[in-house]
Amino acid sequence: MSVLVKKEGIRLLSGNEAIARGAFEAGVKVASAYPGTPSTEILENFVRYEGVYAEWAPNEKVAVEVAIGASMGGVRALAAMKHVGVNVAADPIFTASYTGVRGGLVIVTADDPELHSSQNEQDNRHYAVAAKIPMLEPSDSFEAKEFTRLAFELSEKYDTPVFLRTTTRISHAKGVVRLGEPSGPAFPPGFTPDPAKWVMLPVNAKRRHVVVEERTKALREFAETWDGNRIEWGDRSLGIVTSGVSYQYVKEAFPDASVLKIGLAWPLPERLFREFAAGVSRVVVVEELDPHLETHVKALGIPAQGKELIPIVGELDPRIVRQAITGEAIPVRAPEPVPPRPPNLCPGCPHRGLFFALKKLKVTVTGDIGCSTLAALPPLGAMDSCICMGASIGNAHGMEKALGKDGAGKVVAVIGDSTFLHSGVTGLMNVVYNRGGSTTILLDNDITAMTGAQQNPATGKTLHGEPTRRTDLPALCRALGVEHVYTVDPHDMKRTEEVLRREVARPEPSVIITKAPCALLPDHRRKIRPVYEVIADLCTGCKACSRLGCPAIEWVPFTPEEAVDAGKKATQKGMARISPLLCDGCNQCPPLCKFQAILEIKS
Amino acid sequence: MTVPKGDVFLAGVGGQGTLLASEVLCDAFLLSGFDVKKSEVHGMAQRGGSVTTHLRFGPKVFSPLIEPGKADLLIAFEKMEALRFAHYLRTGGAMVVNAQEILPPSVATGQERYPRDVAERLRAVTDRLHMVDALAAALSMREVRTVNIVLVGAASHFLPLPEAAYEEALSARLQEKFVAVNVQAFRAGRALLQPLTVKRH
Repeated sequence: MSVLVKKEGIRLLSGNEAIARGAFEAGVKVASAYPGTPSTEILENFVRYEGVYAEWAPNEKVAVEVAIGASMGGVRALAAMKHVGVNVAADPIFTASYTGVRGGLVIVTADDPELHSSQNEQDNRHYAVAAKIPMLEPSDSFEAKEFTRLAFELSEKYDTPVFLRTTTRISHAKGVVRLGEPSGPAFPPGFTPDPAKWVMLPVNAKRRHVVVEERTKALREFAETWDGNRIEWGDRSLGIVTSGVSYQYVKEAFPDASVLKIGLAWPLPERLFREFAAGVSRVVVVEELDPHLETHVKALGIPAQGKELIPIVGELDPRIVRQAITGEAIPVRAPEPVPPRPPNLCPGCPHRGLFFALKKLKVTVTGDIGCSTLAALPPLGAMDSCICMGASIGNAHGMEKALGKDGAGKVVAVIGDSTFLHSGVTGLMNVVYNRGGSTTILLDNDITAMTGAQQNPATGKTLHGEPTRRTDLPALCRALGVEHVYTVDPHDMKRTEEVLRREVARPEPSVIITKAPCALLPDHRRKIRPVYEVIADLCTGCKACSRLGCPAIEWVPFTPEEAVDAGKKATQKGMARISPLLCDGCNQCPPLCKFQAILEIKS
Repeated sequence: MTVPKGDVFLAGVGGQGTLLASEVLCDAFLLSGFDVKKSEVHGMAQRGGSVTTHLRFGPKVFSPLIEPGKADLLIAFEKMEALRFAHYLRTGGAMVVNAQEILPPSVATGQERYPRDVAERLRAVTDRLHMVDALAAALSMREVRTVNIVLVGAASHFLPLPEAAYEEALSARLQEKFVAVNVQAFRAGRALLQPLTVKRH
């Protein structure tokens, strides 16, 4: 029955764990990243290996620059990020393509088809083509580790950075991996000055461009013969060209078809495409998102089907692939209609009180990336825009300039601590420099929360868990030229609202730092906290507390008979209840109750 | 009841420990010589939203995702989440459902009501519905966090693994101080369904 027996060296790893393992086995010495779903666990796992250095950079551009520096220094280096992180890091990446490497340099891009936790669904295979950098694309955890090791070898052999592209279903899917022994580059660390290679003045860069074009030709030859690009001959009536996780869906849906599996998404093997197409009577290209393989197959004059059958939006699964290619509708039960369960700010989240106050002020809120984006959902519904990391401050400033006097005191930017340090600082600098007057609210919860609690420059701890100097956020804002910087406790609803009203009205730039730890942080959870309850006799069912949207506050609906039985007027529609299992004791809801019905449980 | 391959769909609410449950199941399959893949989503989905895990085992597994209508077993950590993902179950598939109710935002704020007919609607999907009170079992052990492993115990009746595989997986996966209570939770969960009452096809 089984193909695998219990033995040493076999592990069930996620794609991200496998990449971390592959980097360790490849002898990577320096790794730098900014956390972002679905890439975050790569560095969190890598840092656990002996003898490695890994760090959270303030953003992806810095992470890549650090990795480039380490490569120049002669060690193998890795930078990891989510797909949109590559947009931030694109500047150094495009020129690192010209300089090439010394120690192997690998950049992981973790794409997110279906937008499980992202603001767009971009296909980063385009970056490989645009930056002229080879891109490996594993189709499961096993390949994720093997391709990571190979990526470093290719990087040194061809003197190029190498992209490793995953998608959510690679990064966050677990599969069997065979562990290997650690190795490393065949040379010792050390920097050898070589201005023609490392100093990209136009005169040098012009010559390096020629090298890049030659390199791509050599890599195309590699692509023709490497067994990661391979034909699996089967039934010749259907030939499917595929890569990444789509390969698994194809094998599931069409176990007998002929398959050309592409492991190197760039550059592509032209002779292999032609050989495959000549051997089958119908070619279909199955890939998620954009028609990357399809475009290049068709450019060779090969008649093929692709996006006319396979969806361009969202992720695939075996059923979608089967239905698209056979054209047969596969009947399945319709999902049962039930109330939706979207993600929500946690009980005790310090952001909740702030957004509740913002909603009352009726201001326009330009938002940012992070847990706080969840405040856009009902019942808070207190955010008007979310574009990308750091965008809130520039957006608020732009809107203020657009609206002129009509916009004064009406636009507020809201951004988290980690996001501010990632790319909000320059936005705030711009507000001051260009005589803006908008208010920036800096949500300082002492962690990078949305991605699962990562340290950042303002938390005082490194990825290795060592203590370090903190970026002083109020001092940073003042240094940028903001005169009015105030820190409030967002759980103190009254004070927070007072400061908000005052600062929003102020015609000069101001920053309000709402400082309270993320409710999920272990130090916070270990604290002895109060638990609140609704005194049933006092609750009139006015729903003032429900509007906070706290998961711990539940609504108990009444029929008129139940209302009377509970000693209420027959017209009372229900009452509030606080779940003692969920209440975090944040004290945001008690002041909202005009009837003093919310009290601390004394026990 | 040896099944060479199968698809197990886990559904719950962020924070309920579906992740650990699926890890333990995967380890148990791996230790027993199966190929295994599982897929789940982190990040945004963990903030109290619906969470799912696709777990597939067999001699050789390709897709990390289960197709709708193909799951052999659905393990739901919350009653309404069973209904939300019931369309993943194959005809004649089994369901192990925790009777616990966790109110979604629209219900907690009084915009909608928690559906009262969940059990009836689930029974219309399969006659192999097994509703258990995993929360009560966990609370009786004074460790509310073991709800997940209680459910693994109850679901183990429908999987082709010996009890020892789960206990070995728990020992391998957990810190030593948590092993005993979780092994106890697994056994308590297994005892919630008597083998003779389990309907088989």
